[in-house]
Amino acid sequence: MMFGFFADLGRAVLDRVNRLGRASIFFVQVLAASWQLIPRFQLLLQQIYAVGVLTLLIILVAGLFVGMVLGFQGYTTLVRFGAEDSLGLLVALSLVRELGPVVTALLFAGRAGSALTAEIGLMKATEQLAGMEMMAVNPLMRVIAPRLIAGMIAMPILAALFSAIGVLGGHLVGVELLGVDSGSYWSQMRENVDIYDDIFNGVIKSLVFGVACAWIAVFEGYDAVPTSEGVSRATNRTVVYSSLSVLGLDFVLTSLMFGEA
Amino acid sequence: MVDRRVVEIWVGVFVLLGGLALAMLAFMVGNVRVTELFGAQEYQITAQFDNIGGLKVKAPVTLAGVRIGRVSSIYVDQQDFRAVVEMTISNSYNNLPTDTTAIILTSGVLGEQYIGIEPGGEETFLKNGDQIILTQSALVLENLIGQFLYSAGGDGDTDGISKLAGTLERLIERLFEEESKKGAK
Amino acid sequence: MQMENLIEIQNVSFSYADRSIISDLSLVIPRGKAVAIMGGSGCGKTTLLNLIGGRISPSKGDVVVDGLSVPTLNTKELFDLRKRMGMLFQTGALLTDLSVFENVAFPIREHTRLPENILRKVVLMKLETVGLRGARELMPSELSGGMARRVALARAIALEPMMIMYDEPFTGLDPISKGVIAKLIRELNEILGITSIIVSHDVVDACAISDYAYLMGDGRIIGQGTPDDVQRSGSEHVRQFMDGLPDGPVPYQYPAGEYLDDLARGS
Repeated sequence: MMFGFFADLGRAVLDRVNRLGRASIFFVQVLAASWQLIPRFQLLLQQIYAVGVLTLLIILVAGLFVGMVLGFQGYTTLVRFGAEDSLGLLVALSLVRELGPVVTALLFAGRAGSALTAEIGLMKATEQLAGMEMMAVNPLMRVIAPRLIAGMIAMPILAALFSAIGVLGGHLVGVELLGVDSGSYWSQMRENVDIYDDIFNGVIKSLVFGVACAWIAVFEGYDAVPTSEGVSRATNRTVVYSSLSVLGLDFVLTSLMFGEA
Repeated sequence: MVDRRVVEIWVGVFVLLGGLALAMLAFMVGNVRVTELFGAQEYQITAQFDNIGGLKVKAPVTLAGVRIGRVSSIYVDQQDFRAVVEMTISNSYNNLPTDTTAIILTSGVLGEQYIGIEPGGEETFLKNGDQIILTQSALVLENLIGQFLYSAGGDGDTDGISKLAGTLERLIERLFEEESKKGAK
Repeated sequence: MQMENLIEIQNVSFSYADRSIISDLSLVIPRGKAVAIMGGSGCGKTTLLNLIGGRISPSKGDVVVDGLSVPTLNTKELFDLRKRMGMLFQTGALLTDLSVFENVAFPIREHTRLPENILRKVVLMKLETVGLRGARELMPSELSGGMARRVALARAIALEPMMIMYDEPFTGLDPISKGVIAKLIRELNEILGITSIIVSHDVVDACAISDYAYLMGDGRIIGQGTPDDVQRSGSEHVRQFMDGLPDGPVPYQYPAGEYLDDLARGS
């Protein structure tokens, strides 16, 4: 009885490590299979459509609103110090460095990631993946790789769109509504946002998040217990794990990128 | 299944929008100018200061209030323990005379510090790797107060008060001067 | 060199997570014949098909298909072998995002570079074989269970395989659909000479279309012979399965302790 707790703990840790190991092998296998996609570009386009284009609307709407809220909140704080001219800078830096990549990744996990997991899990449950194997078609190449690569491509694009429309949203509220000078909104931004330190690092972040979210989503789908309950649990795990990894990775990346400034 | 053609068009639009968004971030939000993309059209000069105050890497370098470059690195010269500031100046301003002065200024009373360039009258120009000899260090508030106290307590009492007034006047004048420079920028 | 037996399973054992699923099983499937493999649920029939298809490897023994030892093949050789195998899954396993036409075209598109007009002819011929040429534009979600299985069958024969494995082809079908599938299996076997392996727990239907029958129980072969022989067999195991008796060598009770003890123990 006494050792029960340790046994449970040990088993839980071993299970996690085991899963992580399988996920890593899976990731390498999928990447190894993905060169075969080069002559089959169409498969990739289909998936960029599914994970990118279909996520576009929610990203644009969310980005606009986040930018507008930043405009409001930034203005009410900055105006106390007479620094409302810096509103553009505040909005742009918040979006490009943090909110753009992070919120996009969270929305991506909820919209596209869960759909990927459910789709792959159902294909497994209905023997479609086994069927492909028996037709001498590698499902890692035919089904998984295009989805993984599409996720990795779509994420930075979505994050850039989120930030861009957020800056416009901040402009809408700050300049059109609250009367900040349009010239200083843009010029403060241009003076102080750096292409490498801010924008490029933001793109790097969204690339990393793209890999993490797409990887988790396809692995959970492929590893799902092939029953309706198993698929729903896997979908659930995708959203939880993706969100946590995005936030955790964000902390690590932020301290690496901006820690020394 | 969505038609193949529709997929292709949408993905094209999607990628194009992404490219536009990145371009917007780079050109409107960031400080990329198209000329900067094609080769490094910049040159480096250095300047030594006794004290750089709160100057930081990436701070602007201005000429008559116009930004012409930025501070690229700051370190201490191990020989004479003075601060060395490296500046990257755009090639459009490659005609700065060799007797140009570099001054560390503050935008506003408590704002960020930056480097102001005041061109001299020489016929020869600064080249890549050259050093600006004439410099003026940062205005450090503590040093100013120390100077003022020293001169105030220096000789007789009555003298001290008039000197105090004089120093204070100069201090305020100097702050105003910087404020007006900032306004010009 | 044509071997007489297309498939030879030699003393194969397979266990999953310490649980023995198949133990020391041997059987042969002659070329061009229709062979039924019958047995109760969970007796290892589907595992047997996975072993033949090379999706899993036996822990002991060898699986030889068309002269090739399946467990020793590398991925490419295995995929080449699978192109000559067809498999009909219990659920059909149609790709849900493709139409009926595209599902049948799928293996052809993946493995050959036929021009579109020839591909269309081939696909329509396969669909005509199963009588669903008119349903080519439908999506899998619009098909009934029997139709889905017929489309899957058309897809299984798309690459003109030497053999087809049928995993529970009759389960969940109405009598008419059952009859259609049985007729198709028989025709493919007799007219095209495709070796058929029919895994089923449906004794009557499976026997009706096969030349030879194996009866599996508990990971072993417990009876074999021509369908008539098997049905007349005196073996207790065989009799229980054939006649559908609730109790016999396969006990009605899942192994448990003494009933009264269990009740008396309380909570």
